[in-house]
Amino acid sequence: MNKVLLIIQREYFTRVRKKSFLIMIFVVPSLIFVMSAVIALVAKNSGQLSTPQVIKVLDESGVFAGKFHDAKNIHFETTKQSLNAVKQEAKNDENLSALQIPANYKTKDAVQIYAKKKPEFALSGEIERQMNTIAVSDGMIKHHIDTAVLRSIKSDISLNPIEVTDTGDKKANVGAAVGVGIACAILIYISLFIYGAQVMRGVIEEKTSRIIEVIISSVKPFQLMLGKIIGVGLVGLTQFAAWIILSYIATKIAGAAFSAPQGGVMGFLAILKTIPFGHIMGIFIFYFLTGYLLYSALFAAVGSAVDSETETQQFMFPITLPLLFTYILSVSILFQAPNSPLAVWLSIIPFTAPVAMMVRIPFGVPGWQLALSMSLMVIGFVFTTYVAARIYRVGVLMYGKKASYKELAKWFFYKE
Amino acid sequence: MLSIRNIVKQYAGHTALSGVSLEVERGQIFGLLGPNGAGKTSLIRIVNQITAPDSGEVYFNGEKLNQSHIERIGYLPEERGLYKKMEIGEQMIYLARLKGLSRDEAIKRLKVWFEKLGMQTWWKLKIEELSKGMQQKAQFVATVLHEPDLIILDEPFSGFDPVNAEVIKDEILELNRKGATILFSTHRMESVEQLCDAIALLDRSKKILDGKIKDIKNSYRNNVYLVEYSGDKIDMDGSQPFHLLDEIGSADNCFTVRIKLNENITSNDVLKYMIPKVHINMLQEVIPSMNEIFIEQVNKIA
Repeated sequence: MNKVLLIIQREYFTRVRKKSFLIMIFVVPSLIFVMSAVIALVAKNSGQLSTPQVIKVLDESGVFAGKFHDAKNIHFETTKQSLNAVKQEAKNDENLSALQIPANYKTKDAVQIYAKKKPEFALSGEIERQMNTIAVSDGMIKHHIDTAVLRSIKSDISLNPIEVTDTGDKKANVGAAVGVGIACAILIYISLFIYGAQVMRGVIEEKTSRIIEVIISSVKPFQLMLGKIIGVGLVGLTQFAAWIILSYIATKIAGAAFSAPQGGVMGFLAILKTIPFGHIMGIFIFYFLTGYLLYSALFAAVGSAVDSETETQQFMFPITLPLLFTYILSVSILFQAPNSPLAVWLSIIPFTAPVAMMVRIPFGVPGWQLALSMSLMVIGFVFTTYVAARIYRVGVLMYGKKASYKELAKWFFYKE
Repeated sequence: MLSIRNIVKQYAGHTALSGVSLEVERGQIFGLLGPNGAGKTSLIRIVNQITAPDSGEVYFNGEKLNQSHIERIGYLPEERGLYKKMEIGEQMIYLARLKGLSRDEAIKRLKVWFEKLGMQTWWKLKIEELSKGMQQKAQFVATVLHEPDLIILDEPFSGFDPVNAEVIKDEILELNRKGATILFSTHRMESVEQLCDAIALLDRSKKILDGKIKDIKNSYRNNVYLVEYSGDKIDMDGSQPFHLLDEIGSADNCFTVRIKLNENITSNDVLKYMIPKVHINMLQEVIPSMNEIFIEQVNKIA
């Protein structure tokens, strides 16, 4: 057991000390930092205009005059002044802009706005929105469509989901839940591949550098395989932990530095707060670990059966297939029907459960299904580890022989 | 020290070892000889517990071979290899700790070895930054660092240049003097006669010859002598106590011949017969080299 610890130590530290690992640790939180900074800035600027703006409308088309209505901090004024006069005014007053609407306003870029500074998005957005509405109604009137009738049949329905629970009705946030579920599924999918492939590459490295014979004259092949799998798994956990902590700090700093007191982003964050992150995180860690143990054992067996990475193709396919299949289904169908029989089965079968279950979790999964799935995960990884170890112990000493599935089966049945 | 009893090992389709038995005594340098594919590496892997035999047993110091013996065996495989991206010092410590050494002890011994072999400056280098020969040297150190009782070397001299091969040979001899038993495999016969106390010859999964070098050579003595004399040529008419095998050279009344002695005749009798007739420059018994024995044995089976 002591020797397994030594192997874990080596596998862990040689990877953690690599520059690429350190870079990855900081790249992701920095990206999150930049993203939250950008979101915070946009939110700050797009929410409302900070100072009242006056828009002088020079309408040459006759369609828009008088039809603009004031919005918050935006005041419209129809004027008969000449363009040059208004431009002069705009030059002197940065809170005043000139909107010139020519008769051929429908052609591209025909409508111009003159201002001392580039107008803020909130302002130009509001003007564009109003102009479009006015232009459409104008068009309808010209085509004898009764706009009043049209307006009355227009609908804008949005669902207000309420979960019925023992403790009373509570607001459910389907959008955020779907987002978190899919994000977790993608993260598990990617990390199973990344760390599984790392195990495989490690095995191939030991085989091609021929150190394997020295090592297994000191430890049993199973100890080496186990040590490698656990070591790489810990690297994965370290990476996640570092990301979570650093990202949390990054968003805090970004939030504080570019604080947006109200607005959409804060609303979104508020919704996120209603999601039970502790619960999801716990389940995520469980499925990452068991899924990783299940798949990395298979990856290790593949690594032991080949002489170089290019030969792994034929064995990789059946391993990646169930994951890929579940992943595609998850991001396209499963989240829309998280309690359909397909989703339930996929989240119970060990090979597909890590991805499928993460999509279902935010919608609530019956306890018995979760328990069944988790027990099967444990049985699953014990089983694959057993199978993989039997192939591995023979495979690592085989050189130059092109392994086939028949060959692997033979190895499995070899006596010690 | 090491007793190998009736080992059978089969791989799918072929037999690597069929009923091989060997005895290696404490303090011996034991050579495991045989052509490629004879089963040498299979046998060595079994002794190292890398693979297990289908039947038969191995005893180490009288105990059945088990995991506890791993720490008392050092193994240098034929295909050398270390972690390419790991620093040498760290890697040596790792390998030594896998053999049960403590970290401090490993560092202490490494320093001694590195100094001895002129490797002090390598400590922080990565394996991939070393030449092939330097890597081999490092691996040799890794093999013997935990001071094993039994050192198993698979083709130890392949891959070394003559200078380093000599260095390694001297180190092996010194370790042997200090009490280590050495088992090594080779298909190069020259090294066998210089180094080994005893050998075993494997061919196509079977042991065909084993024993102490001295005994084997003695058993291959067949009363053949090489004689160089000057004077009148001896006419081989059958009255001599020996008969001529072949004439190797003759120049200026100086003749070199190979003779086979008749039954119950010694070299002294040959001298007695020749001294009155010719001037003898040299008389030497012709003993076959291990290489000749090796080839003869392998061909006999085939």
